[in-house]
Amino acid sequence: MHQSKLFKIRVALAATAAGLSVFGFVPAAQAQAKEINIYTAREPQLIQPVLDAFTQDTGIKTNVIFIKDGLEERIKAEGVNSPADVIIQVDVSKIIQAKEMGITQGITSPVLAAAIPQAYRDSEGHWFATTLRARVVFASKDRVKETNLSYEDLADPKWKGKICIRDGQNVYNTSLFSAVVARMGEAKAEAWLKGLKANLAKKPSGGDRDVAKDIASGQCDIGIANTYYYGLMLNKEPDRKPWAEAVKIIMPRFVDGGTHVNISGMAIARHAPNLAQVRILADWMVGDKAQSIYARQNFEHPVKPGVALDPTVQAFGPLTPDATPMGDIAKNRKQASMLVDQIGFNAGPGS
Amino acid sequence: MSEHSSKLSAWDGTALAVSVLVLAPILALVLLAFQTGAVDSILALTRTTLGSSLLETMLLVVGVLALAGMIGLASGWLVSTYDFPGRQWLSWALVLPFAIPTYISAYCYVEAFDFFGPLQGFLRLMLGFRLKTEYWFPDVRSLSGAIIITALVLYPYIYVASRAAFAAHGAHLTDAARSLGCNRAEAAIRVILPAIWPMLVAAGTLVVLETLNDIGASQHLGVQTLTVTIFNTWLNRNDLGGAAQLALLLLVIVMALLWLEHSIRNNKRYALPARGQRPHQRILLRGARGWFAFLITGLPVLAGFGLPAFILVQAAIRQFKTDGFGGGMVKALGNTLLVSGMATVIILTLAVLLALAQRFTRSGIASGANRISMMGYALPGTVLVIGLLPLLGLFDSTINTIATSLDLTRPGLLLSGTIIAVVLAYTIRFMAIGLDQTQAGLGAFSRNMDFAARTLGCKEQRIASRILVPAIHPAIAGAGILVFVDCLKELPATLLLRPLNFETLATMLYGHASRGSFEDGAIAALLIVTAGLLPLVLMSRFLETSNRPSPDTSH
Repeated sequence: MHQSKLFKIRVALAATAAGLSVFGFVPAAQAQAKEINIYTAREPQLIQPVLDAFTQDTGIKTNVIFIKDGLEERIKAEGVNSPADVIIQVDVSKIIQAKEMGITQGITSPVLAAAIPQAYRDSEGHWFATTLRARVVFASKDRVKETNLSYEDLADPKWKGKICIRDGQNVYNTSLFSAVVARMGEAKAEAWLKGLKANLAKKPSGGDRDVAKDIASGQCDIGIANTYYYGLMLNKEPDRKPWAEAVKIIMPRFVDGGTHVNISGMAIARHAPNLAQVRILADWMVGDKAQSIYARQNFEHPVKPGVALDPTVQAFGPLTPDATPMGDIAKNRKQASMLVDQIGFNAGPGS
Repeated sequence: MSEHSSKLSAWDGTALAVSVLVLAPILALVLLAFQTGAVDSILALTRTTLGSSLLETMLLVVGVLALAGMIGLASGWLVSTYDFPGRQWLSWALVLPFAIPTYISAYCYVEAFDFFGPLQGFLRLMLGFRLKTEYWFPDVRSLSGAIIITALVLYPYIYVASRAAFAAHGAHLTDAARSLGCNRAEAAIRVILPAIWPMLVAAGTLVVLETLNDIGASQHLGVQTLTVTIFNTWLNRNDLGGAAQLALLLLVIVMALLWLEHSIRNNKRYALPARGQRPHQRILLRGARGWFAFLITGLPVLAGFGLPAFILVQAAIRQFKTDGFGGGMVKALGNTLLVSGMATVIILTLAVLLALAQRFTRSGIASGANRISMMGYALPGTVLVIGLLPLLGLFDSTINTIATSLDLTRPGLLLSGTIIAVVLAYTIRFMAIGLDQTQAGLGAFSRNMDFAARTLGCKEQRIASRILVPAIHPAIAGAGILVFVDCLKELPATLLLRPLNFETLATMLYGHASRGSFEDGAIAALLIVTAGLLPLVLMSRFLETSNRPSPDTSH
């Protein structure tokens, strides 16, 4: 009686295990094959051309999962069994946070060290940037005479009712605001943000493309957005080409500084089951071929110096990245986000 | 007697087991929330945006509920009571907007009504304006825009419930009321509405919950709801604990709402007959009145489904011309149907068991457990999954540790990153819908039936299988469709839990929408809508026929 009960339990357990393995993902088996598992917060369509070229060059197959919010939490929960090999992120604070959560590990690679300026990689080799993304000013060709602006100028009352921007809590914005806090200190940063808010034409909403659209429609004269959206709209999105054609790009600088850049980058997962392939991918990502695909297909600034820009991006003029360390931008992120709430930035002008 | 009590505990046990399943990730959230011990972030928020985001959330919820309620009730009443031009196809077309994910509808509305949309373009052409500053036009990206768009997507909850209720009970109640001297309108307001109130409250609850856990539409339209604040706290301030505290605050609000609903339902216990006593005769509306009814019922379909569908079809055609029927689309469709189908079957089975448990037991255990089982729907999907992730991880690492200690090969991840995790999350999240609908369905039938059957020697299982389940099959079918379509559309849990290289239509679409070009996902969006349409239409047909008296279910 007792035995048969035990037997039943064993059968049930075996059946459950079999059932689970049908649906289950078994990383142990995958470690044998030439594969690499990529957890990306970057949209699959944007990295697929690069990954396809990688597979062509190396024969290593890529398995991809795209997760935006919660990517780090998932890897953390998976723990030592996690199939994650690399993490692709589109924001410096996020990638530094991954390191702080203990879900990354360092690798050393002479290729990485040679290709990437020190400012754009982790000193312990946990992560490195693949591209730079400049946050700049879109300005109306018809209504804006200026060809030069500082970020400080954006708080000047002469732009009252003229500026458009997306949600103040969007990472692209909090990253810029964080750089402002890092450069000016909190009190001045708050005054600057209040000035910017007072200059808004309407409540923050939409995305960076909408900034160009709102300028084209005459709702505002200038806006804040990332450069590559301009390149995409102008060259790849016929419906939105008129929006891009209505604006010109001004590469703003901080007074005594440069243009704010965020990064997209890659971190190495702590329990990566395919570390050998990870090293190959890391070196390949900063090679001329990958960097050139990023530049030509996505209109980003390659992180590797000397790689040719797309002609559209070339026409913006040279990019002089601001020298504020990436670590400081990550550190002040929380403060920047709180400031946005404190001054009611998202409630829009006149609130 | 002893047999009786052991059966009671089986019912209670089932209800308890499910509630534990739902409660587990929420408890994990509680742990997360108070791990830090501090409530800094909430305190900081009370000084900044907490008040305004609570207010904005409340306005959104009240606005959506009022508008969805009006549309749903009016159309449900008209379709079930009257005959008018187009009634036949409107009666099922009215559910169509439900197939469109709220955030997709939001994108479509911005596309259609924005400056470069066809409407404003036409106006400018006619009136000779060039710039936005030269004229006034309502902004879709606003609170009122969000209310309208959300209500247009969610009113089918109310419509489905009210139509079924009006059809099932309207005729004889109207007769009774009219024999007492009421006119039709009085009968509707004073007699029928109170009688079907519990079903409406149930549907309204779903509308409220779904509005509360929306994130995509709110963000796109620039509405600062509590859910948006939760996300900002977590992602921008790297403060998961604070976000968990806020999520629990949201949960408390929702529990209060559920409690309110429960007490309303309990106070209004109507014993309605199992079936309408006479064939349901609709009244023919002629001439202008008929066309007016057509207009009232046609408008929600046009605005809630026609417009977004038109924008999507346009975009899909363009996408098809450039990219063709993108690879992976068929696979994504298959994946979507697989996980949604599995979850629907599980949820329906459990929901029926749980609703029966509550009916048959008087201890209050099942009823308390069932209220807990509805909590999963109250949280934004991502937040729920943040609670679920560590539990899946714990399960997997425990199994692996055991395997290692027994010298067996480590099985790796059995739950994390598998479709089981996805189905589990759906079950936790959408249990409320299944439960809500089946409970409301059962509630419409008097307990006297059970007593009568019991005095005739019928046991509970038999009462359930021979009387109650057949009697509520319209409610079960309705619940099934709602759950299935919700699973089809589900995004945050799928996104966070799915295996590598595994896409559903919703995650595919999100990939495009997330980089700001949702029109590239138009084909996927259309497939979601189409996959949702078939069952919706089937259900509608089914409700239509099941409202007629059918001799085979009366024994």
